[in-house]
Amino acid sequence: MAALLDVRNLSLATAGARLIHDLSFAIAPGERFGLIGESGSGKSLTALAATGLLPRAIAAEGRITLAGTEVIGAPERRLAGLRGAAVATVFQEPLTALNPLMPLGRQIAGPVRRRLRREGRTPTRAAVAEEVRALLDQVRLPEPERLLDAYPHEVSGGQRQRVAIAMALACRPQLLIADEPTTALDVTTQAEIVALIRALVAEQNIALLFISHDLPVVGQLTERVMVIRHGRAVETGPAAEVLSRPREAYTQDLVAAARRFDKALEGRG
Amino acid sequence: MTLLDVENVGFAYGAGRPVLEDISFTVPRGANIGLIGESGSGKSTLLRLLLGLAVPQKGRILFDGAPLVPRDRGYMRGYRRRVQAVFQDPYSSLNPAHRIRRIVTEPLRSLKVPGDHRRMAEKVIADVGLEPDTLDRYPHQFSGGQRQRIAIARAIVARPDLLLADEAVSALDLSTRIRIVELFEKIASDVTMVFVSHDMGVVAALCDRMIVLDRGHIVEAGETAAILRAPQHSYTRNLLASIPRMA
Amino acid sequence: MTAQEPEARRLPRARRRAPAHWLGLVLVGVIVAAGLVSFVWTPYALSDMAGGRLAPPSAAHWAGTDRLGRDVFTQLMIGARIALVVGCGAVAIGGAIGIAVGVLAAFATRFADDALAAVFDILIAFPTLLIAMLVVAAREEASLGTAILALGIGLSPIVGRVTRILTKRVLSKDYITAARVSGTGWPAIVLWHILPNIAPFLGVNLALQFGLAVMAEASLSYLGLGTPPPNASWGRMLQEAQGTVYTAPWGALLPGLALFSLVIGVNLLADALRDRFDPAGRDS
Repeated sequence: MAALLDVRNLSLATAGARLIHDLSFAIAPGERFGLIGESGSGKSLTALAATGLLPRAIAAEGRITLAGTEVIGAPERRLAGLRGAAVATVFQEPLTALNPLMPLGRQIAGPVRRRLRREGRTPTRAAVAEEVRALLDQVRLPEPERLLDAYPHEVSGGQRQRVAIAMALACRPQLLIADEPTTALDVTTQAEIVALIRALVAEQNIALLFISHDLPVVGQLTERVMVIRHGRAVETGPAAEVLSRPREAYTQDLVAAARRFDKALEGRG
Repeated sequence: MTLLDVENVGFAYGAGRPVLEDISFTVPRGANIGLIGESGSGKSTLLRLLLGLAVPQKGRILFDGAPLVPRDRGYMRGYRRRVQAVFQDPYSSLNPAHRIRRIVTEPLRSLKVPGDHRRMAEKVIADVGLEPDTLDRYPHQFSGGQRQRIAIARAIVARPDLLLADEAVSALDLSTRIRIVELFEKIASDVTMVFVSHDMGVVAALCDRMIVLDRGHIVEAGETAAILRAPQHSYTRNLLASIPRMA
Repeated sequence: MTAQEPEARRLPRARRRAPAHWLGLVLVGVIVAAGLVSFVWTPYALSDMAGGRLAPPSAAHWAGTDRLGRDVFTQLMIGARIALVVGCGAVAIGGAIGIAVGVLAAFATRFADDALAAVFDILIAFPTLLIAMLVVAAREEASLGTAILALGIGLSPIVGRVTRILTKRVLSKDYITAARVSGTGWPAIVLWHILPNIAPFLGVNLALQFGLAVMAEASLSYLGLGTPPPNASWGRMLQEAQGTVYTAPWGALLPGLALFSLVIGVNLLADALRDRFDPAGRDS
């Protein structure tokens, strides 16, 4: 089966610096792929490149094929169609990713309406409301009545992230990109969001590109991972293998650090 | 011997719901205590009280046997000399307009600590594992981990008795985080430390005792090893179960 | 062990903008030089009406003459001096009042801060020029000093509002808390932590205010409330030349161009200074 997202020899550069060097990876439909990197590794830029959202100052080389469409150099109109239909993104900070001046219900209704139109259906008020209600149910948001009229600052960080996930699902994407979606959350909330993402992509057979610096979280969510550092691929392989028997020194370093905290928690630190 | 004694402390912002209620604990001299809590637990407010940046409405805080009086300037000068802090965000805690030398020696100048400040800066910057030429550069020239080392250098340069750390490694990458934790471990042998964090793993690696805060209350306190082995409170159990582990 | 941590990247922003910065330096430099030279030498005396009326630029009169036969180049030089004195004076007065009140507002209790913010907003709703006219009217006498004082007071609420917002932003930074924990007192915190960090942004704003002040002085002069004759401010020159703009365009064009060059030049220079003295070259 052809890859859903195929990144071939991607290089990104600004006028002064090369940010990504010759990066290649592919994600099959329904596959859960993890991109592991620390700050400055270029992992978020890679995600932006995949959706054609790179800042103008960054020049891209190589090929990115998303659901059969070439992304690099594509006109904005075609990319806008691709976003939503093929791919949706959840970002790290749901407070800035949501419009602070719009009630949550209306924010979710936006992508719902676009998808209904895309599917050739009339986005009547009742149809949209029903879809929004169903989405809130899917992301397990309590008290949907109150949340529909609430503004982003009136709900908790975890609830905001659930709303952001609902907006992404509203598009019925084939690929969900999650860029550090739990980093800004409490540990207990993070566990809930990770469980939610895992359940949703499995239920709806959505491919997942999960970007994080948190090894255990990536390990829980993905089947295959790529470790990147300073814009270069360090190691790629099945998640279980890379995280238990890392071959490269850098990955070994990361795994050792993660294990050190694990051990401390088991009282063997 | 008790260095810090928090007695029935309560605090609320304005007329709002209390952020802290009936908080009591003691920190023996030389101890290394983790204060665990998630957002809304009141841990940041508790830290502000300990730093004398806010005054508890109920209860009191005793430092070395005497009550902490934030409004008494003379007393606070002595208190600042003995209590220093490291903050969460290494990108916000260093003044971008100042050279590192000036940042590191600020407590020495402000607190009028006698001695050769130049030499003290050089020594402390080596103690935190940075090169001597660090002192002549500006914060933006350093990575998050290096900046946090600089912030630690500033906190220990005046040789305080008590070091308060506010999520001091949470903003760092994993591989950097472990090294800064190691640096704290090294420092903890000379100073009493209260390490505030939401990260149970970090506290487990660093602190011999821990206090778990939930919505303004202490739900559990004791030896780190004992709590990890057999958490008594359901909140602590949930917290421990939520931490992602390597397979 | 720190070698692994990558160095923060730095973009050479200042270098890219260098040509514009040099242009600013040249524009301001020429005008400052003209103003300084005017103290010791001008081609003619200011009140010398010996030239023909409305003579076009020539070897004898580089910029032509006005309708009274006075040398325009001489007036431009004197005008440069007045523009600089007005700009610097008004910005100094407006800056001093605005920065002091703005910092105070940022530190004040919630109530006092809200009150001061409201006062700033109300005063800003009045045009600077209107406030300046009221001040001049209150002094009952038009002079250069009155004009500068009036413009400075007129500008102060704008500076105050910007200072208040910038200060609040800096106050929320951890390095302020770190300074308090280090035992640094509030006066030292304002001097060493707040002012250096609001200076880059404030400087650019003050440069804008400089331009506004110079132009407002031109308007005051136009209304007869500014520099009294025979002193030739650029605004007065513009006003006097408006009747002859078709027959002798140089009379209006040249002071206009000078005014424009000074305003642009000061802004470019402020930009350059910000880049030069801001160690991090931060952009936001």
